[in-house]
Order: sequence, then C-alpha cells, then structure tokens
Amino acid sequence: MRKDCRTEKQNRGKGCRNRRVFLLCLAALFLMLLAGITLAGIVEADAALTTDFSRKNLAPCLEYPFGTDWMGRDMFVRTLAGLSLSIRIGLLTAGISSVIALGLGITAALGKYADGVIGCMIDVVMGIPHMLLLVLISFAMGKGFWGVVTGISLTHWTSLARLLRAEALQLKESQYVKIAGKLGKGPFYIAWKHMTPHLLPQLLVGVVLMFPHAILHEAGITFLGFGLSPEQPAIGIILSESMSYLSMGRWWLALFPGLLLVLVVIMFHVIGNAAGSVLDPGQAHR
Amino acid sequence: MEKTELGIGPGIVRFLAGKCLRGVLLLFLVSGAAFWLVSMSPLDPLSANVGQTAMGSMSQEQIEKLQTYWGVGAPPAKRFLSWAGDFFRGDMGVSLLYRQPVARVIRVKLMNSLWLMAAAWVISGAVGFGLGILAGVKKGSAADRVISAYALVTASTPSFWLALVFLMIFAVWLGWFPVGLSVPIGMEAAGVTLADRIWHGFLPALTLSVTGISNIALHTREKMIQVMESDYVLFARARGESTGRIVWQHGVRNILLPALTLQFGSVSEIFGGSILVEQVFSYPGLGQAAVTAGLGSDVPLLLAITVISAAIVFVGNLAADLLYQVVDPRLSRERGRA
Repeated sequence: MRKDCRTEKQNRGKGCRNRRVFLLCLAALFLMLLAGITLAGIVEADAALTTDFSRKNLAPCLEYPFGTDWMGRDMFVRTLAGLSLSIRIGLLTAGISSVIALGLGITAALGKYADGVIGCMIDVVMGIPHMLLLVLISFAMGKGFWGVVTGISLTHWTSLARLLRAEALQLKESQYVKIAGKLGKGPFYIAWKHMTPHLLPQLLVGVVLMFPHAILHEAGITFLGFGLSPEQPAIGIILSESMSYLSMGRWWLALFPGLLLVLVVIMFHVIGNAAGSVLDPGQAHR
Repeated sequence: MEKTELGIGPGIVRFLAGKCLRGVLLLFLVSGAAFWLVSMSPLDPLSANVGQTAMGSMSQEQIEKLQTYWGVGAPPAKRFLSWAGDFFRGDMGVSLLYRQPVARVIRVKLMNSLWLMAAAWVISGAVGFGLGILAGVKKGSAADRVISAYALVTASTPSFWLALVFLMIFAVWLGWFPVGLSVPIGMEAAGVTLADRIWHGFLPALTLSVTGISNIALHTREKMIQVMESDYVLFARARGESTGRIVWQHGVRNILLPALTLQFGSVSEIFGGSILVEQVFSYPGLGQAAVTAGLGSDVPLLLAITVISAAIVFVGNLAADLLYQVVDPRLSRERGRA
C-alpha cells in the first residue's frame, strides 16, 4: 500500500488529498459499522440461541431477512452474534500476536545469538502450512475456545516480527541509539525508550492488517470442527452446519452468513489501508 | 538479463548442499515441534474413538489393551526418539484410524491432493500474473479497477465459503458437477479415467485458483506500475517502442522472477486452502486426512502429514531460490560474498 501512494504522487496533489480524505471517512464509517455489529452481537447473544420450532426452515422474508434454520433459530441474529464473536477473537489474537512480534523483533535486532534462535522459530512456524499448524495447536490445547485463540496468536506474528526486526536493525545503527549505548544505557532501556516509539506506526498498521487473516483463520479452523463448541454461535459453525442442508435446497443458511463475513473482512482491509496511509511516516508529507 | 553464464558450478553445488542441510535441520525441528504439540494434548484418544458408552461396557483389561494401542501413558521424549528413528528409516508407523501403514495412506491421499494443488498453483499463477500486468499497464483504467476490486474481494473471501457457494450453484442447482469425492463411487481404481478425475477435481481446483489469484495479481500490479514509471521505460517510449513491446521486453523480464518467487512461496497457502476446500467437497486428499487425523486423535498420521507438508513447502521455497541462483546473473556474482 506504500507503493500505491508513491505512484499516486503523479496524480496531482489535490485529487490525491481528496482521495485520502475519502478513504479516511470510509474507514471511520466502517469502523462504526463494525463496532455496531460487535455490540449488537453481544446484546443479542441470548436471542441467537433461542429455538422456536413453530418457525423452522423459513426462507428469507421481511421478518427474518436471513431465514431460519431447522431449529427455528433466527439466522440474522445468529450471524450477528457469530461475527461479533469472530471480531472479538480477532482483536484479542491480533493484539497478542503483535506483542509477540514486537518483543521478538526487537530482541532479534539487539542480540546476535537471539537473532539465530528467533530466525529459526520463524522458519519453523512458516515452514508448516498455516492451517495445519492451527490444527496441531488446537489439538494440543484440547480444541475449544483457547485452542483457537492460542493457535491464531502463535501463528500470525512471523511476518510482522521480520518487518520490525529489519526496522530495529536500522535504528540500531542510528546515532542516538549508539550514543545511548555509549552513555551506558542497557539494552532494555534502549529497546523500550528509543526503539518502541519508532516502531509503533508499523506495529499499528501491522495489527490492523492482521485482523482479516485472524478472522478468516478463526472461521476456517472452527469450520473444520477444531474450534468453538457447536452450541456457540460462531460463523464457522453456522457454515459447517449449513453444509448438511445444501442438497435440500436451503441455500440461505450458507449464503448470507458467508456474505456478511466477506463484507466484514473487506471493511477491515479498507481500514487497514487507510491506517497505513495515515500512519506511515513516508507518506506524511503528502 | 543475458544468460551468458548459467551459474552451474561449484558455487551452486555448495549453495544446494547448504540449503539441503538447512532443510533437514528444519524438518527435524518441525517434527520435534509437532511431536511436542501432539504429546501435550489433553484429548483422550479412547473417548474420542471408542466412545463413553462402549468404554463403560468394557472390562479393565480391554481398556488397558486399547490404551497401549493408542499410546496412552508412554513418556513423550522416548516416544519422539523412537518415532523419529523409525520415520527416517521410512517406517512412518500405522495409522490408527485407517488401520494401514501411514506411508500407504499418505501415498494415496498425496496423489489426489497433488493433482488439485498443482492445477490451482499453475492456474492462479498464470491468471494472476496476466491480470496483474494488465492492471499495472493500464493503471487507473476500468480494467485496473475491476481487477483491484476483484483482488480485494477474493482476499477477503474464505475459501471454504466460496467452495460452498460453488457447490450450491454448480453441483446442487445446475447439476453439472458431482457433489464430492475424487472418483465416481463404486468404481474400481483401474476403471477411473482422466476425464473422471478432471470432472471431480474441477470445482475444488476452481475454488483454490479463484482465491489464490489475488496475492500474485496485486504483487504483479505494483511491480508493473513501478516499471512503467521508470526512466528506462520513458526512454523506450521516447524511442518509439510500442506498449506491447515495452511490456514484453522491459516489464515481463523484470517482474517474472519476483512473481515466481512469490508463487513458489504460496505453496503453503495453497496447502492450507486445500485442507478447507477438500473438507467441503469431501475430496479424499491429504488435507481431509489431516482433519480426520486431528479430530480422531490419529497421532502417527497427523505427524507424518505435518512433516510431509513441511517438506513440500520447503521444496517450494528451495525451487524459488534455485531459480534465482541459476537465472539471475546478479546473484551468481554476489555468491562469492556469501
């Protein structure tokens, strides 16, 4: 996204600025929408579990825009609750992942020995296909909620850690970090006081860009049956349940929840791009 | 990029040897990590596979016999060493669910999956590269917008949901394709034709390709835009070269290598996608076997699949590195340094 804007330089300053303002407004709107979905899902969590056999297997209509399933649950409310859960898990895991990335990235930049060990860890984590590693970690944690959270937190930090390590290596060569070293400041002081503030913009953008992956992987692992338990209204569970009813022609069970999931992830992508264009110091002059 | 010297000499052999050594070390670490993970699992293989009711009606002796069968209670370090020793001698153990040697299970499943993944890899790479060039050359045009939007949407689409939608449209409504499996049901292995395989693998491969395009298309687009705004393209234009010639002579030559590297690196992504897609189409591949093994606590099978897939990912990356070493003259000169 950084390169995108470098090329936009040719587009005359004014149009570009307008585009950026537009992008920011769009991002703000999406942020509010996402917050709305998250809150609505928390509020409606009980309604999502309500079964009512007098209204089972209804096709989408005005009262139930996403239809109802074979237990008479309102699919719209269920979808909202599932997305809300996904977003919250995404926030939690992306947060944990970025803290791991920051810690390991700076540590790798400061110590030669640590660099080798952390490089090896990154190679191992990236060497196993992502989904399979999630299956393994979830298996190790005995499945369930914490299996998903641990799995996603422990697998998404690698590329961000590499990025932060490269940045920290550059900072290490800068004058003020060298002077701080000469003044007798320890590595922890330098890492915290001199490096972390510089790495914050990259870290923030990295976190926001991590959300879509975290959410999609959460949905995927839950879909496979390793994640949350079937009573919980998770989006992966909704979709995996819908699989058994496809051949009966109940298309709404799969179509709408998935569509809404795609929309949520697109919104996160747009917010990430907007955050990148604002926080990236290389573009601040535009 | 003149190929005056294809750097195949002692340098490349040393490079290859070093890489392979790293690969072996990596595989050892991967298997160690995987083994540590599965041995940590609190899941009880007996209650997962035998079921509580059946266990209640069993005698203590029978339960103990089953426990030794599923490996309950042996110390992990000892188990790892004996497992790894056997594994590197080619004995991957016996799958507990399929009750066959793991090597045989994997050979069958891997063949099914390789078809699928290779097709998706080639199609998504070629189409993505083409779309990326088109979007990059005509930056800002309607075509560029459509392609960029397409890339954003598919990057946000979970592959298993797309698989569900395709299944709904093409298999359930239109009835053009079978709902699942890699070969027709009840047919002998010898009677399966190539057409059957393609017919059954079409929808899964299509799903994987559609979602795989976005990454490579976006990457190629960015690189192409950089090339089109470079001074040498400006100079070529000033000399009166046509756009087609500029793209072919200056664009493709410059961006093909990084694109290939990216595509080789995406093997891991495609593998991950195939796990989900195979599950939807109940396609009997490696991914589906991994899920079955994970859900059914079939530890030997799960471990073997992890090591095999890590090896596939490693070979993908190695191929990208080798390609660079052989084709790019700048790197073969730099190699003296490393």
